[in-house]
Amino acid sequence: MRRFVIGSAKALFNRSCQNHPNVLLRPLASSHSRFLSSTSVLDSPPPPPSSMAPVSLDTINPKVLKCEYAVRGEVVTLAQALQEELKSKPGSHPFDEILYCNIGNPQSLGQQPITFFREVLALCDHPSILDKSETQGLFSADAIERAWQILDQIPGRATGAYSHSQGIKGLRDTIAAGIAARDGFPADPNDIFLTDGASPAVHMMMQLLIRSEKDGILCPIPQYPLYSASIALHGGTLVPYYLDEAAGWGLEVSELKKQLADAKTKGITPRALVVINPGNPTGQVLAEDNQREIVDFCKTEGLVLLADEVYQENVYVPEKKFHSFKKVARSMGYGEKDISVVSFQSVSKGYYGECGKRGGYMEVTGFGPEIREQIYKVASVNLCSNISGQILASLVMSPPKVGDESYESYSAEKDGILSSLARRAKTLEDAFNKLEGVTCNKAEGAMYLFPRIRLPEKAIKAAEAAKTAPDNFYCRRLLNATGIVFVPGSGFGQVAGTWHFRCTILPQEDKIPAVVSRLTEFHKSFMEEFRN
Amino acid sequence: MAPKALDYDSLNENVKKVQYAVRGELYLRASELQKEGKKIIFTNVGNPHALGQKPLTFPRQVIALCQAPFLLDDPNVGLLFPADAIARAKHYLAMTSGGLGAYSDSRGMPGVRKEVANFIERRDGYPSDPEVIFLTDGASKGVMQILNTIIRGEGDGVLVPVPQYPLYSAAISLFGGSLVPYYLEETANWGLDVNQLRQSVAQAHSKGITVRAMVIINPGNPTGQCLSEANLREILHYCYQENLVLLGDEVYQQNIYQDERPFISARKVLMGMGPPVSKEVQLVSFHTVSKGYFGECGQRGGYFEMTNIPPKTVDEIYKVASVSLSPNVPAQIFMGLMVNPLKPGDLSYEQFIRESKGIIESLRRRARMMTDGFNSCKNVICNFTEGAMYSFPQIRLPPKAIEAAKKAGKVPDVFYCLKLLEATGISTVPGSGFGQKEGVFHLRTTILPAEEEMPEIMSSFKKFNDEFMEQYDDHSGYSRL
Repeated sequence: MRRFVIGSAKALFNRSCQNHPNVLLRPLASSHSRFLSSTSVLDSPPPPPSSMAPVSLDTINPKVLKCEYAVRGEVVTLAQALQEELKSKPGSHPFDEILYCNIGNPQSLGQQPITFFREVLALCDHPSILDKSETQGLFSADAIERAWQILDQIPGRATGAYSHSQGIKGLRDTIAAGIAARDGFPADPNDIFLTDGASPAVHMMMQLLIRSEKDGILCPIPQYPLYSASIALHGGTLVPYYLDEAAGWGLEVSELKKQLADAKTKGITPRALVVINPGNPTGQVLAEDNQREIVDFCKTEGLVLLADEVYQENVYVPEKKFHSFKKVARSMGYGEKDISVVSFQSVSKGYYGECGKRGGYMEVTGFGPEIREQIYKVASVNLCSNISGQILASLVMSPPKVGDESYESYSAEKDGILSSLARRAKTLEDAFNKLEGVTCNKAEGAMYLFPRIRLPEKAIKAAEAAKTAPDNFYCRRLLNATGIVFVPGSGFGQVAGTWHFRCTILPQEDKIPAVVSRLTEFHKSFMEEFRN
Repeated sequence: MAPKALDYDSLNENVKKVQYAVRGELYLRASELQKEGKKIIFTNVGNPHALGQKPLTFPRQVIALCQAPFLLDDPNVGLLFPADAIARAKHYLAMTSGGLGAYSDSRGMPGVRKEVANFIERRDGYPSDPEVIFLTDGASKGVMQILNTIIRGEGDGVLVPVPQYPLYSAAISLFGGSLVPYYLEETANWGLDVNQLRQSVAQAHSKGITVRAMVIINPGNPTGQCLSEANLREILHYCYQENLVLLGDEVYQQNIYQDERPFISARKVLMGMGPPVSKEVQLVSFHTVSKGYFGECGQRGGYFEMTNIPPKTVDEIYKVASVSLSPNVPAQIFMGLMVNPLKPGDLSYEQFIRESKGIIESLRRRARMMTDGFNSCKNVICNFTEGAMYSFPQIRLPPKAIEAAKKAGKVPDVFYCLKLLEATGISTVPGSGFGQKEGVFHLRTTILPAEEEMPEIMSSFKKFNDEFMEQYDDHSGYSRL
């Protein structure tokens, strides 16, 4: 806080500010040398009060204040504090470890990376060992081959150089081929923008689309709060559409139409529709005919379809399959001139779970060259995304094939992880459904469960008294009693008056029984305590 | 069919206003020519590895081991990796939340932030707090984050040096703020004059703009000048008086090519000024792994350090950082390796010294070669590159050339640079991309091409320039400085 040297000088200064807002200047220094000022600190009047300090809470960008992100919010901060306490004062809590079930961060909970991917990345990071004979003994032959192939696509084999702002061309070619193989429709490498994770790509699109708070972006409720945060940061308006919990978190086009019309009457111009498929936090995988309806809706209404498909490799039920929205649109005969679709993919999820690498891309289709120029321009200000992440994105979209030396081990690792995720999803879903007052939809895909909890009146009153939302109240109590970290449903959005929490399916299989038993015990005593 | 949301007309105006010349028209033309088979020398961006600078060996060894930790279990790992690289890999892996593949703390790994704080303390002699050091995916992301926090609307002005690195103008445009230029004085070695600042701020006020922040780039980009301690004190004093937050872009602090003005951090000077200034002036300092002798642009690693920023504001900045989850973990390790270098006695120390010294000494020689090469042309004046990675010669263009440029629908320096590119393959960035005084033209090139190629590049430039002047000079005088 600034202290004021002379009270009267301050008063004088303030008065002059009020009367002459432009006269905030000090008299020009009568210095002889241009580079040394002759005014000393004592000569200058005291500075304005601290509340006007440039970077204080009341003077920062209000959009920053508006933006919220619950995944790393209050409950998590509390958990980190408790973790510190456990270290410094062992035995201070009725549990001896924190179980982070709040964030889709698989490798932080023991999931192993895919060996082949890491071999290739290590070789690309340190290419000088490729020439050494010892390398053959430490790395698989096809990893060495793939590293050479990738390095040949990088000018000068310089992985430490900024690349093309859309990402290395050769890697985009690989990704485009991977998309085409997945969908059966061609993909253009020039439509691909490699980014530091999918999140920056989402921010870029919001920046492009949002001109003012009159611009609306349709988002699912519940949603992954990157969307609400990004819309707030860019000064737009979130137009919610509610997923139907009773129908397995289904997406009804009638609901989309209703919300769109409603927004328009409020003077909002809807610009885009966000669909997260498979869903986060809800885990549903859309049926293909549902997707067709959505595509038609966007085409008719002139909305950009923002397809968050980062969980495309996380599908746990045989009756559902992932279909990319671009594929669906193309299979309906819709081309570049008919609909704008932006598809987001990431290296953070799937079976690879490489969150810390920050790798991902967006494929932007159905727009003119002037738009691509603008997207390129914005991408170029940050020069490029990290090269290692770019390489990883290309590996994810073109993994080892049958016949490759590493295929067997790669396959085993991948299947091991995915089948384990499916088992954990089922185990936790069943556990939640056994709890009094809790119902939980099946996690068809992604990495989360989003059970609904019917809290007794007494608990809701207690939450009110503690000045916090009921689901937050429950999650805090759970954390303090068991060390388990869930994210309250209010962080994702929910129908008013309903309460949920999001729990990941990521703790290692051997930890799941502990999660289940601790949660069950806590829940029983919580419901007892607040029984009406 | 309804009009589409991604039609050009309905894009965010702020996006349309953004300019970023470093990868603009010249670069795009150069890329086209390269595709057609022409040999291009890309000197448009400070991208050392793209021009042959080699990565340091030790960091790459460490990161490879961190990428593939199963190597650490292999009994033969010592055949390929020295013991200190193995130890350092284990050191950083232990700091992660589960290896390179797990999101870290949104501010970056506490262990690396501590190493950064230790580095700052060793460098400046004042303690530094890791809690207010945030690692970012490159310094640029950090700059964007801070500017986005400061700028509320077009009524908010940010003082930016002219010439400047166009990240600042681009970011200010993107966030809807106002750029308040202050001109560096070319004839005084690109020096910063506080009177200039005052004039600029006065002008801004008259337009109803509230000036909130001031950017300094030290060493300068594109200008290369290193600020003196006295100059820094003046600037900090000015910020104190005018209630501005100072943004200190110090990414080139390792790239110093003269001994008269070594690098001194804004923070060190601030702390040295004592209270009240040292306790009141808000300062954000930026650094990166992209420059210096690391030159690891492609990793996207950087940090910012906040001084005198209120805790609640720090919380808000943390909150926004958490929306992007975390900076990339490999780059955080590069940052750790940069700020916590090998010490005498370490196995790989000799190699490290040899490699890093070699790079900086060569850059010093190249800075000199380029400056002299430009100054050998009659119509070119070039200040010496005291630091950073660029040369920013002033090209005096005759009226006929300016006419020709106008006819071609190009700004004169763009016209000149395009001709230079077509004739020699040298891809530069026209001075208009960085800002310059009206009627004065420059180009920016880097000092990064390989030392062996420098003489040829400079003679190629001279040949083109002299022929250009032959063509357009009417011997009636040059464009006004």
